[in-house]
Amino acid sequence: MMVLEKRPAPSAVWSIAAPLLALLVAVVLGGVLFAALGHPPLKALYIYFVEPLTSFWSIEELLVKATPLLLIGCGLALAYRANVWNIGAEGQLVMGAIAGSAIPILLPEWNDPLALVAMLALGMAGGAAYAAIPAMLKNRFNTNEILTSLMLVYVAGLFLDWLVRGPWRDPMGFNFPKSVAFEGWHLLPVISGRVHLGLVLAGVAVILLWLVLSHTRAGFAVRVQGTSAQAAQFAGFSARRITLGVMLFSGALAGLAGIGEVAGVIGHLQPSISPGYGFAAIIVAVLGRLSPAGVLLAALLLALTYLGGEAAQLALGMPAKVAQAFQGLLLFLILAAEVLVHYRVRWHRAGRQRGSTA
Amino acid sequence: MNGLEAFLLTVIAAATPLLLAATGELVVERAGVLNLGVEGMMATGAVVAFAVALMSGSPLLGVLAGALAGMVVVLPFVFLTQVLAASQVASGLALALFGLGLSGLIGEGFVGQPGVRLEKLHIPGLSDIPFIGPVIFGHDVLVYLSFFMTALVAWLLFRTRVGLLLRAVGTNHDAAHALGHPVRRIRTLAILFGGLMAGLAGAYLSVSYTPQWVEDMTAGRGWIALALVVFATWRPLRVLAGAYLFGTVWILGLHAQASGYGLPPQLLSALPYLATIIALVIIARNRTLTLANTPAMIGRPFMPER
Repeated sequence: MMVLEKRPAPSAVWSIAAPLLALLVAVVLGGVLFAALGHPPLKALYIYFVEPLTSFWSIEELLVKATPLLLIGCGLALAYRANVWNIGAEGQLVMGAIAGSAIPILLPEWNDPLALVAMLALGMAGGAAYAAIPAMLKNRFNTNEILTSLMLVYVAGLFLDWLVRGPWRDPMGFNFPKSVAFEGWHLLPVISGRVHLGLVLAGVAVILLWLVLSHTRAGFAVRVQGTSAQAAQFAGFSARRITLGVMLFSGALAGLAGIGEVAGVIGHLQPSISPGYGFAAIIVAVLGRLSPAGVLLAALLLALTYLGGEAAQLALGMPAKVAQAFQGLLLFLILAAEVLVHYRVRWHRAGRQRGSTA
Repeated sequence: MNGLEAFLLTVIAAATPLLLAATGELVVERAGVLNLGVEGMMATGAVVAFAVALMSGSPLLGVLAGALAGMVVVLPFVFLTQVLAASQVASGLALALFGLGLSGLIGEGFVGQPGVRLEKLHIPGLSDIPFIGPVIFGHDVLVYLSFFMTALVAWLLFRTRVGLLLRAVGTNHDAAHALGHPVRRIRTLAILFGGLMAGLAGAYLSVSYTPQWVEDMTAGRGWIALALVVFATWRPLRVLAGAYLFGTVWILGLHAQASGYGLPPQLLSALPYLATIIALVIIARNRTLTLANTPAMIGRPFMPER
């Protein structure tokens, strides 16, 4: 019979080994899943996880997909550190994209580097403002931020849908639901292939997260709040300000990711601008154990699940949802492996221990 | 069929999946467990019910399969939260993501196929009465089941020893454990019941409400069901009232769209989500009502000291 014994302190070895173990098991289960769908498992695994890493253009594509995941993942890592469960990043991404797109759509004449800076700033402001809604509702009325931030995802999606089918539709666009194509300084400069400036901004976000967490009073307050709300209260940290602060931070980064997708990858607004980056970034934050370096690696891995999903779709005709199913599976396994960090697993002969049945 | 009759019928149809899922989650939360994965269980129930109904030709078999699928897909959540004492919030989110992905995977081949509709009951005599007949006696079995289950849960929770035990576990798991009650076994059963009910809710969507399979056809109903439980302050009869209130909002939006007041259809589609937020604010303002009924142990993992 399995018994869990609490470790006196979290295991340093397992805090690195546990996510790796989870990944390994996920790959094995992925193989089983592929076999169940009628594909040769080894070949499918190769196409899914290895082939995307073997050519230059697909490495570029990996970085393109890692960019929004990294941006959002950094923001969510800080929020989750404070035990504030922002799961509406997908909606904040959409609102950031909308706010930033106001310049190319409403002020097309203004096309210089400053316009691009304004677009990015508006994107961050849009995401932050949208994230402020669940934060203020939580602070003012004690509503659950999980449910309110998630409801706002649906609202943001419908708002974008209305814009691109209505007032912001390209009049010359043959009635397709999309905005005018962005041009010139309304597009993010390209680094290489499809990799755009957003990647640099994502790198800055990682450094910023590290700085905030380990070198500022605010970061310390966030960590105390997350570890023990009572201790934070005794220390004089305001739970409300922390809640609002981390929601604004994570919302701004999600908004930046949104305008980055629109101005860096898609080039116009359309009804759907994200294949669930806002939700996948939840996994990025958790898999990365809410640390800057961890988030960096996890964002690359989750980008690989998107890329592999596309490859499996093309090469094996697998359904598009395979990436999302795999991401959910991965999160299950990470959470299971997390137990090894905090508990020692002991095996006892059955029937000797009382109260150990589940 | 007049306008009011049609309106009531659609409200009942919109409220039923919310009622089923929220009643299940209510039992889970009363036992002190927060399962955020309702949306995922519902989606899995919907696709499995659709597929089995289509392949067997029996919608009733589909409904049973959907309920079973809800119970199966929740098993990883049971293992994580009850055996490994992992975070319920994170595990529930994982279940939501996994269930949505899995349902898309299973349903790939079924998109666009015409479904099999669950038959409405026809009670000779009663169902033929004008107005009252169709509104009260003319629904499919899941509508009646949703009422029956709500009544059953209300009775079990507050009138029986089983319910007392369940609430005890949700109020203070350490005390319940010290008295020798199997905390984790009770919670496991409650979570499985939640899976069953979410599976039924999903089945209702895909074999009765709109007999077809479309990706993400649950459209946030699982999350709204979670909000409903809070809105109802963990009381079964208030869940019933809340589900019908939300069903009405949902249908009013659809009707306003059809009649075309010039309002953008997206705004009307957003009504249920906005109404959910408003409902959460209204109920959260009333601290005494909320605090009196919130299961004290909700979301807290239980790991017995050896």
